[in-house]
Amino acid sequence: MNAAGMAPARLTRWIIGVVVGGAFLVPLVGTFLYTLRDPAGGVTLAHWASLFDPAHAATLRPILLGLGNSLILALVTVAIVLVVVTPTIILVNLRFPALRRAFEFVALLPISIPAIVLVVGLAPIYLQIGRALGTGAWTLAFAYGITVLPFAYRAIQASLDAIDLRTLTEAARSLGAGWPDVVLRVLVPNLRQGLMAASLISVAVVLGEFTIASLLNKQVLQTGMVVVQKQDAFAPAIFTLLSLAFVFVLLLIIGSVNTGSPGARVRKNTTRKAS
Amino acid sequence: MTIAPLTAAGPTTGSAAAVSPEAAPRASSRGAVASALAWIGLLPFAAYILLFLALPTILALGSGLFDDAGNLTTENLAALAEPTILLVFGNTVWLSLATAVAGSVIGALVCWAMLGLADAHPMRRVVDAGASVLAQFGGVMLAFAFIATFGLQGVATLLLKDALGIDLYADGPWIYELPGLFAPYIYFQVPLMVITFMPALVALRPQWAEANLTLGGTRAGFWVHIGLPVLAPAFLASLLLLFANAFSSYATAAALASQGAPIIPLQIRAALTSETVLGRENLAGALALGMIVIVALAMWAYSAVQRRADRWRR
Repeated sequence: MNAAGMAPARLTRWIIGVVVGGAFLVPLVGTFLYTLRDPAGGVTLAHWASLFDPAHAATLRPILLGLGNSLILALVTVAIVLVVVTPTIILVNLRFPALRRAFEFVALLPISIPAIVLVVGLAPIYLQIGRALGTGAWTLAFAYGITVLPFAYRAIQASLDAIDLRTLTEAARSLGAGWPDVVLRVLVPNLRQGLMAASLISVAVVLGEFTIASLLNKQVLQTGMVVVQKQDAFAPAIFTLLSLAFVFVLLLIIGSVNTGSPGARVRKNTTRKAS
Repeated sequence: MTIAPLTAAGPTTGSAAAVSPEAAPRASSRGAVASALAWIGLLPFAAYILLFLALPTILALGSGLFDDAGNLTTENLAALAEPTILLVFGNTVWLSLATAVAGSVIGALVCWAMLGLADAHPMRRVVDAGASVLAQFGGVMLAFAFIATFGLQGVATLLLKDALGIDLYADGPWIYELPGLFAPYIYFQVPLMVITFMPALVALRPQWAEANLTLGGTRAGFWVHIGLPVLAPAFLASLLLLFANAFSSYATAAALASQGAPIIPLQIRAALTSETVLGRENLAGALALGMIVIVALAMWAYSAVQRRADRWRR
């Protein structure tokens, strides 16, 4: 892939890298320096230390409450992806190949519908949900399942395309496995990378979601940060850096999960499960 | 084609030798049961999509078309033609278009610079991972980062004032208004461009460059006659995606813009949350309708151009 005739000269490359990279570091470095600012002048670690200060806990409460809700939401959303979305993707690929294009269209549709538009229609629905299931923050997971659908679909479909679904299924069936066994003991281990990637990206999206939560009056991590920011601007800046680092690690895991020799892993599973 | 081969596979391939004459009808009735079960298997997802994607979309768009009594009306849509709303729509399109163009040009330059690095080069991995993170970074936290750096008490603002005597906000705190949205928007547009445009650039075949040089062409000639025409559809598709991305964004502006509602998503918030003016909820529906028409047009053009772009990837 080394494209000698197409790539820019070394100097051009460096100029682009330094100028763009530098510009992108400015807000990040700026935020970090901001968290070290001593109101009296100078540099201090007090804002970082105050995260663990009981006296400061009351101010931070909205963030911690929101973080707790967001983690529950992440769990329920991942459950929706694994229990509702994944079996449907497998079913469509296996039994309804004619529906694949239509299914893909539906699964990618949420990209084209802005969350702010969706929330206008979700408001009356959540009034009813509030009456039936209570106003707990976890109910937001139903809406979040839709938000993460395109990302989850892409990850799972890509790993389905990488295995020989039909042969695996027919082999398992002819050896006497029932459908639950086929899905849970043959397909799921082979799709592990796709399911992992779909779950992690769902967690990242849920932790960063603000639009739907704030307009439906639910307390999540992002809405908590907005509340706290009005009293203490330093804590949200610290949480911004922490979540950025967290998402960076999540995406590094997705990256290494995807690049870790898939062929070898698929072969190993297939032989073990089929024998 | 859909069901028969698989359901038949169980009874026939497994025990082909032992098939008795009576087995055939039993297998086909079992096939019918299995096929009915397969259709039932689609139901949970279908119900979920209906309830949380189709219904809210219909409710959002429908509320723009009906009045409180449930009669079809164009009154709410007439609000779309009000000068103030039109101005905000214009501002939103301008913001989205300008940041999409800036983001796609800068992003394409970054992709081009990365062409010179091998696939496994560490710098390439850092840029890939960084782009994925920063494309997800748009929202409340991005607004905080910009406030901490360029806000009235921001690190860069004070540095510029103290060291160079430059007052960024001599003309008022424009970072909290429409002009302040451009830089944060470009900040999440560029990484998205890197993610979406890089595959197209990687698909450029080195043989084309070699053929061009062998036939006596120049490097500049390669880009003018081969590279840019081949990449143009992919670039346009990414640009449209960036436009839709900026047009749909809400959180960054919601956390940053404290004064008024300079873009349509914030107008929808104002219409949704205002309790003082009766019937404002239907205005939110009309605004949502206007938004989705523009986003749908952009996404439709995107998929049309993308199909054209995919020709060169085979």
